Amino acid sequence: MPALVVENLSKEFGGIHAVSGVTFSVEPGERLAIIGPNGAGKTTLFQLLSGMITPTAGRITAFGKDITKLPAHQRAALGLGRTFQITNLFVNLTVLENTLLALEASGMTRYNLIRPMSSYRQLIGKAEEVLNEWGLWKRRDTAVRNLSYGEQRQLEIVLTLSQKRPLLLLDEPTCGLSPEEAQSFVSMIRGFSRDYTVLLIDHDMDVIFDIAEKVMVLHYGELLVFGTPDEVRQNAQVQEIYMGTDE
Amino acid sequence: MMKTTRSLGIPALLIIILGILPLIVPPYYTGLLTLMFIYALFAMSLDILQGYTGLASLGHAAFFGTAAYVAGILNVKVFHGPHLGTELVSGVVAAALTAAILGLIVLRSTGVYLLMILMASSMMLWGIAFKWRSLAGGDDGLPGILRPDLVFMHVDLKQTTDFYYFIFFFFVVGTALMYLVVRSSFGHTLLGIRESESRMKALGYNTWLQKYIAFIVSAAFAGLAGVLLAYYNGFVSPAELHLVNSAEVLIMVILGGVGTLFGPAIGAGIIILIKNIVSGYTEHWMIILGAVYMATVVAAPRGVYRLIESLVKGKSQEEEKSNQ
Repeated sequence: MPALVVENLSKEFGGIHAVSGVTFSVEPGERLAIIGPNGAGKTTLFQLLSGMITPTAGRITAFGKDITKLPAHQRAALGLGRTFQITNLFVNLTVLENTLLALEASGMTRYNLIRPMSSYRQLIGKAEEVLNEWGLWKRRDTAVRNLSYGEQRQLEIVLTLSQKRPLLLLDEPTCGLSPEEAQSFVSMIRGFSRDYTVLLIDHDMDVIFDIAEKVMVLHYGELLVFGTPDEVRQNAQVQEIYMGTDE
Repeated sequence: MMKTTRSLGIPALLIIILGILPLIVPPYYTGLLTLMFIYALFAMSLDILQGYTGLASLGHAAFFGTAAYVAGILNVKVFHGPHLGTELVSGVVAAALTAAILGLIVLRSTGVYLLMILMASSMMLWGIAFKWRSLAGGDDGLPGILRPDLVFMHVDLKQTTDFYYFIFFFFVVGTALMYLVVRSSFGHTLLGIRESESRMKALGYNTWLQKYIAFIVSAAFAGLAGVLLAYYNGFVSPAELHLVNSAEVLIMVILGGVGTLFGPAIGAGIIILIKNIVSGYTEHWMIILGAVYMATVVAAPRGVYRLIESLVKGKSQEEEKSNQ
């Protein structure tokens, strides 16, 4: 059973076809990169998959379940996690508080109106573990708005990965990271067990070809090519879009 | 927010000072302080929505007024006398229930739309109270609400000082409960919604449900304040449900400091003080209130509470955070 099946997915914004008739599927454990020029509909596709916006037409199935009409939080509960292209964090809260919100999402603590957040030793211990991995524990009491851009990008990834959702949508995760950080991110994703299925949008071709087993090219909202990295690299249409041709 | 349990020193000191005050100040001021406690509860309850969840409301009077009317009607029309437990619980439950019904309809909208739709809803209730003469007394209001009888505890609530302690008790308990809520793991998710609702959804939170619970909890505390006001005044009028009341409590919150919980209590104190003291000298007390409001916006745009906090600590929170 594929981890994700997308059939004829379309989204129109007042006559503009942001995504039109896109069909593809992703096997469990697969790493799929989505590329395409700016405005190709990559982020819109992620918005549709994660349930932030509803499609005009088409169907999305995750882990064998039709999720086309499910709200975002239910998709998350089914195992879908995502990062945001434009850093989407709780900027006036601290690094630790941000991480706790990610960890708290799968428990019942969110309905406890009495017990102080600061008393959940186990959650805080888990947050320490996660943040240490990224060297952010020493910054735990810093408000996110005071972090450097690179640190914010890291936290963006930390929040999503800490939840251990098996289907990950990563929207330009390495954008804003230093080359070293990007490299360690790539090796981290490569080191993931095959329990994780990863969909990745990125502009960095090195990152893409390091991680992806399949590449999908979007162009003006339409699926142009879907294949292995080599197939995509050699595709004439893709070369035309990315390199331009002599007319 | 994650600071380890702050020492109980300052709250204990405040409770002692406020406990002694009615023995020192003239009865008029004791009465005024009593009123401040009631509005402080009301303002803090709004802060749960405004400051902690990021939901602006110009209709919070709906819950305050509904509770006041329910307690008042029970007192005057049903029991023909005070029945503290029943009136208090009924008032609070009525406010919570109003929020539970209203929330189903209005919480799909956010921002200025939510603000307007809540305003409209509360004015609808105002309209009902204004017109329903047989039950609610219409535009004359509902007079003759008797204060609870606690003689068995050797307390006479007709006495200004005794009544002060009665309200003070609810003020302390209500404040403590609201403090627990905003510091709880539930309260933590409200902050997340305030900061970024889309991220909360992506993390797996049913943000609607969290907001719905916050809405009901906030309304219940507004209801507590409403019932207490009914006892304080001895009557309920449609003014309790009016937009002016909603706007006033919103100003209390902003003046005191949005998202600080205790700030709005200070804001309530300041506005009640200005309203009552200045109006003794001039009918144009609104001008003074406006001036104070503008001065606060200029001198302490993030509210009186944060101004005091930064004065005490010697430097602003910003510096502190960025120095880390």
